[in-house]
Amino acid sequence: MALLEVDDVVVRFGGVTAVNRATFTADRGQITGLIGPNGAGKTTCFNVITGLQRPTKGKVRYRERDVTGWPVHKRAKHGVGRTFQRLEAFGSLSVRDNVRVAHEIHGGPLAWFGRSRTNIEALLDRVGIRDYADERADSIPTGTARLLELARCLASDPKLLLLDEPSSGLDETETDAFGELLVELAAEGCAVLMVEHDMDLVMGVCDEIHVLDFGEIIASGAPAAIRSDPKVQRAYLGYSDDDADAGRDSDTSVIEAVTS
Amino acid sequence: MGSLFAFTLLGLFTGAAYAIMASGLVLTYTTTRVFNIAHGAFGMLLSFVFWDFTQRQGVPTWLALVLVLGVVAPAIGWFIQRFVTRGLGEGPVSVALVVTVGLLVGLIGLAQQLWPPEPRVLLPFYSGTGWKVGDTFITAHQLITLVCAVGVAVGLYLLLNRTRIGTAMRASVDNPELLKLFGGKPDRVAALSWAIGISLAALGGILLTPVVLLDYYALTLLVINAYAAAMLGRLKSLPMTFAGAMALGILESLAVGYLPTDGFLSSFRPVIPALFLFAIVVLMPQAQLRIGQVKGIVTAPLPTMRKSLGSGAVLLAVAFVVINVVAPNQVLLIGVAATYAMVMLSLVLLTGYGGHVSLAQFTFAGVGALTYAKLDEPNLFGLAMAALVAAGVGALVALPVLRLTGLYLALSTMAFAVLMDKVVFNADFAFKFNGTLAADRLSILGVRIGKDTSYVWFMVLAFVLLALALLVLRRGALGRLLIAMRDSPSACGTLGLDMRWFRVGLFALSAGIAGLAGGLFAGLRGTVGAADFLYFQSLLVLLLAVVFGATSVTGALLGGTALMLLPELQASSPQLAGLMFVVIGFGAVLLGRDPNGLANHLFKVARWVGDRVAPGLDERLQSLLPRGGGRAGSADGADGAVDVPLVDVPGAGAGPDARVIEKVV
Repeated sequence: MALLEVDDVVVRFGGVTAVNRATFTADRGQITGLIGPNGAGKTTCFNVITGLQRPTKGKVRYRERDVTGWPVHKRAKHGVGRTFQRLEAFGSLSVRDNVRVAHEIHGGPLAWFGRSRTNIEALLDRVGIRDYADERADSIPTGTARLLELARCLASDPKLLLLDEPSSGLDETETDAFGELLVELAAEGCAVLMVEHDMDLVMGVCDEIHVLDFGEIIASGAPAAIRSDPKVQRAYLGYSDDDADAGRDSDTSVIEAVTS
Repeated sequence: MGSLFAFTLLGLFTGAAYAIMASGLVLTYTTTRVFNIAHGAFGMLLSFVFWDFTQRQGVPTWLALVLVLGVVAPAIGWFIQRFVTRGLGEGPVSVALVVTVGLLVGLIGLAQQLWPPEPRVLLPFYSGTGWKVGDTFITAHQLITLVCAVGVAVGLYLLLNRTRIGTAMRASVDNPELLKLFGGKPDRVAALSWAIGISLAALGGILLTPVVLLDYYALTLLVINAYAAAMLGRLKSLPMTFAGAMALGILESLAVGYLPTDGFLSSFRPVIPALFLFAIVVLMPQAQLRIGQVKGIVTAPLPTMRKSLGSGAVLLAVAFVVINVVAPNQVLLIGVAATYAMVMLSLVLLTGYGGHVSLAQFTFAGVGALTYAKLDEPNLFGLAMAALVAAGVGALVALPVLRLTGLYLALSTMAFAVLMDKVVFNADFAFKFNGTLAADRLSILGVRIGKDTSYVWFMVLAFVLLALALLVLRRGALGRLLIAMRDSPSACGTLGLDMRWFRVGLFALSAGIAGLAGGLFAGLRGTVGAADFLYFQSLLVLLLAVVFGATSVTGALLGGTALMLLPELQASSPQLAGLMFVVIGFGAVLLGRDPNGLANHLFKVARWVGDRVAPGLDERLQSLLPRGGGRAGSADGADGAVDVPLVDVPGAGAGPDARVIEKVV
């Protein structure tokens, strides 16, 4: 069984169905991509997995247990960690203290008095934000803040890592380094589930990709299969290679990434 | 059976008036996310305006109604939305609460200033007219109330479901940002809901005045009835709010009919709304964590430990001199200031660090005072008892709200403060009705601190120790956690923090500090009674704490001193008594957006002076002073190091300081 199983999940807000019968998995040692156009329901899926949003229907299974009714903090204690698309850094704390708080929450009262500096400094080094350690978290660039959220999340030793658009705001070199870090994390046994718009990154590092459109999973598979899937092309571009004479008006980087 | 029917029917009429008021509250809250604690106070003010029009100016009733409900109230609502509460909905809940509490206090002051206390009567509509239904006499006023409620319900339904702007109002409940994207005008929607909301507050107030009388406080407290009713609909659903209001009205009416007219139980009648509120809060489902970081919180700089100790020592020395110099009756005033300052320290922890609001902090001081007064020969152990009992009561208040958000906690505390003020403190096991309890001075290791001067100095010492303890806590893991929870509850949740118990603990700790202050206060006074711990006092404590700075212990010290001076100023110029409330209330409205308050401005001035003057001084005195010594003298108790003061770095230079100023500014 996979580490995480999202089973037939439906989320409705009033009359709008944000997620419709989504079923997918993420497993240890793998990087799984969750892609789709804006408003496809990717972040809502993350909220359902972490417990911030109760699904209207369906189940979330984690380590072979039904965690659908579990509160947010309990899932986190069992190793579900995430970053946020709209940043949720602790703005009035320093970057270092952001990571330290995570460490202290994870370790409980015992960690409050222990000397854990080395761990925290190592984490800051690992994601490459050591230079910002003393800055207030609300004063650093967006890309750096995303890395901070990753470092903070890693401080709580997650088994399942949910990353919501982690690379936006990073430049090319930083994105490359970030991709390598993800591969490392997966190699260490972590299950990484990532919502991402940078198709080079997604196609480069993911073992499996699920495509969401209007709340529904329209395709799942390895990057190569996803790239050539006509349904995916239609969702992203409004047409596929099969369709004739359709106009190209979508995000060009996505087009190139998906079709190249 | 006949009387049951009669009481139910009568309850329906009061419930109808509550429904009118509550629907206004729900309308403003849902569309702008600003919970207007001053809703009842607006009703009160406008009832006075209506009285003024009809009784003093001789305007015909119908014209006065049209003027108040159609012109004055909507104009006030528009004005308040435009210039006071606009944008508050996106900020922290605590800021919106403080601002509207400021409005509440300011409006009471304004009413007292414009219409000084004297007996005023506002007769019911068509007074004397009525009909007999069975054995029950129904007055025309009651019938009009019911008709008005039905009219409001139908009117709101049509507005929200059949008009364009109504659809926009409903949309702004779900997502104001999205509404803007789709071409809606959230500002117009907000202005309209506040205009209607305040108008409904006025109508409710005018209809209820013959029942609760034209009184500054009674009408203001109707907000508790309103939000108790609205909670049934989770502060969102109008139909459920109407149902809640009717249920509350009937419950109150039945209480009038069936509760004994004397004894302890009889005192429960005025607090039915508060009890109703707690009952609903307990039954409410778990609230979802809201994603969306609260922005724009700037924390006052944290002083280094060395500086804190230095400032504490200076304060103790100054207090020692002052206490031994001033007249004997003024010594006690310093003790009162220390009490207030300690209660405000409890708010530094709860509001300044934790981002939660309590409208009952002085009530917890009352619990501490009560516990202390019950002890014979109180010693330090007894003082600890006072703090522990207050902390326990605080935990009891926070427990039912465990699963809900900060707004519900704040609303519950106000209901709790009124409950304690009107019932518990007046009960026979407490201070007794209009009674007082004697409290002995504190003894330490068998030595009784009998002299006023020594006792007051001990209180100042207690303040200093508490303040230092708070600063140590703020520096450590707990302090970081508090700030983290305030900045992003959802991130804390996804990192594995169970915030529910943490919040109860925080609230209990804060109540305990207030209880400790209350115990010391009882010893200072010698006799304490229920009149010392009125719920209104808690509102003033909160406002002055925020005005002077709820994020720093310096703010607590300044705020405590100011609150001690307030009654003295009022006594010296009684004609301006109401004006003081106006100044405090509207001062909080102006300053409430910055919880760092005046204290932080002081720090900034001190640092500015330090940065401008110190370099020059340094050059001149370089040979005389060690490096950094010139600056330390000029900065007033605060060091620039924000959140990274792990170690005291003497003479860190102007670099980090200047950076912090930039950020704070």
